[in-house]
Amino acid sequence: MKKEEANIKAYEQNYTTMVPGSFAKKMRTCVIWQLIRFIIINLKMLVVVSKSH
Amino acid sequence: MARLVVLGGGVSGHTAATFAAKWLGSQHEVVVVTPNSKWNWIPSNIWVGVGQMTKEEVTFDLAPVYAKAGITYKQAKAVSINPEGSESKEKPFVTVEFTSEEQAGQSEEIEYDYIINATGPKLNFGATPGLDAGHTVSVCTADHAVHASEELAKSIEKMKNGERQKFLIGTGHGMCTCQGAAFEYIFNIEHEINKAGVRDMADIKWISNESFLGDFGMGGLHMKVGGYAVSSKIFTESLFTERGVDWLIGAHVSKVEEGRIEYELLDGSTGEEEFDFSMLIPPFAGVGLKAYNKAGEDITDTVFAPNGFMKVDANYAAGSYENWKASDWPKTYQNPTYDNMFACGIAFAPPHPISKPMSSPNGTPINPTPPRTGMPSGIIGKAVAHSICDRILKGENAPLHESSMADMGAACVASAGKGFFDGTAAAMTVYPVVPDFEKYPGTGRDTDYTFGEIGLAGHWIKHILHYLFIWKAKLKAGWTMIPE
Repeated sequence: MKKEEANIKAYEQNYTTMVPGSFAKKMRTCVIWQLIRFIIINLKMLVVVSKSH
Repeated sequence: MARLVVLGGGVSGHTAATFAAKWLGSQHEVVVVTPNSKWNWIPSNIWVGVGQMTKEEVTFDLAPVYAKAGITYKQAKAVSINPEGSESKEKPFVTVEFTSEEQAGQSEEIEYDYIINATGPKLNFGATPGLDAGHTVSVCTADHAVHASEELAKSIEKMKNGERQKFLIGTGHGMCTCQGAAFEYIFNIEHEINKAGVRDMADIKWISNESFLGDFGMGGLHMKVGGYAVSSKIFTESLFTERGVDWLIGAHVSKVEEGRIEYELLDGSTGEEEFDFSMLIPPFAGVGLKAYNKAGEDITDTVFAPNGFMKVDANYAAGSYENWKASDWPKTYQNPTYDNMFACGIAFAPPHPISKPMSSPNGTPINPTPPRTGMPSGIIGKAVAHSICDRILKGENAPLHESSMADMGAACVASAGKGFFDGTAAAMTVYPVVPDFEKYPGTGRDTDYTFGEIGLAGHWIKHILHYLFIWKAKLKAGWTMIPE
């Protein structure tokens, strides 16, 4: 069994959701990728902030 | 010279007062009445509650900031408003009771030309029997968070000594808001327990009044990911599953005792949960301000809604959920009876919830009440200050500025663990805050501007925002350039 799927229990409340695989989890704290996401998220937030003022 | 009195020095009141002082200059007076001597960046209380920040890092003294801004500061709490004056006073006034040690027990009647009610909420721990008895902790104030951190450290120590611990985090009543704060706290606790190497000794459970995970008091949201418009329910359930956190939703906590709570669910069933450590958010209510007319008669019901929040230009007669419209939400935050009174932040009475109202077969209402914190709170405070300044400087008929939560978006960053390299946070934007199903049939929101993702970048943003907003609140160089 893959580690990331260990918390899913058949026909319990978490059986119908999605779980991230090891690559998706790794990318969450990959500094280079997150620096890129940092810029993109900030730009997206600035657009919403500018639409709200 | 005109006088603007601002009741409350939180995010909304502080924003309104500081911008008003800047725009009005020394020709007019801005008075802030707040019972606290310190300003608190509340979003960072989560990190105080897990011992990752100190109280001093999330608070600062208000007096020197207001002195710099030329604002008259009264450390006091407002108890009543006389919007028509009284038999002995021509002008409207607010009665305040001082809370500082030097002036404790003294009161004052402060006359005003305009007033902003930004008192924030009363933390209504008394609404649930036992919630105010110290069996659980809270992160609603910096002091509460310090206490929570101390209790968490004891639990971690017990786990290190081989004693299993059950953590129960969420909302302490069927009518709570601020699920986001509880969400942040449960995952920060999980992160800290992991770091302490005792995750296998902890059972962590979420309990909330949401009808589905990811409702957050705003009816959930759909985010565009990979070409799909995905419900926040999917993302939230995913995170709970990934981090091994169990959940119980649609729950009204009806009683709290030492190490045990009782609850009722939306299906009418009842149950109980045991805990070793619990943080339950209390429901909010108005702070209990009274209002009197010129003859001294009680007109509190005219000025305030039954929940204690001030009535503004909202549609309070919208009726059932099927009739709700985005246009029900207030735009100018002006009191409908007295046009020199405004309310902003949590202090204004919303027309109705955002989430669909639900109740158990026993008639117990169980649904989140609408959030009015964070970015919307600051934007509304600034808009109200702008309206009042225009009326003072340009005349009584100057048009009011509008800032409806049904027309504004919000950026939100929810921490899921603190750490420069291993921290994560869910960074989200939502547009608009209140869904508009006429303009955006289906999800109620513009999915081009509603997105979210979890990662280290979100944590960096939340940490930077901590310093940025404290910088802004201290009115340091360039503070007006930082958006609310």
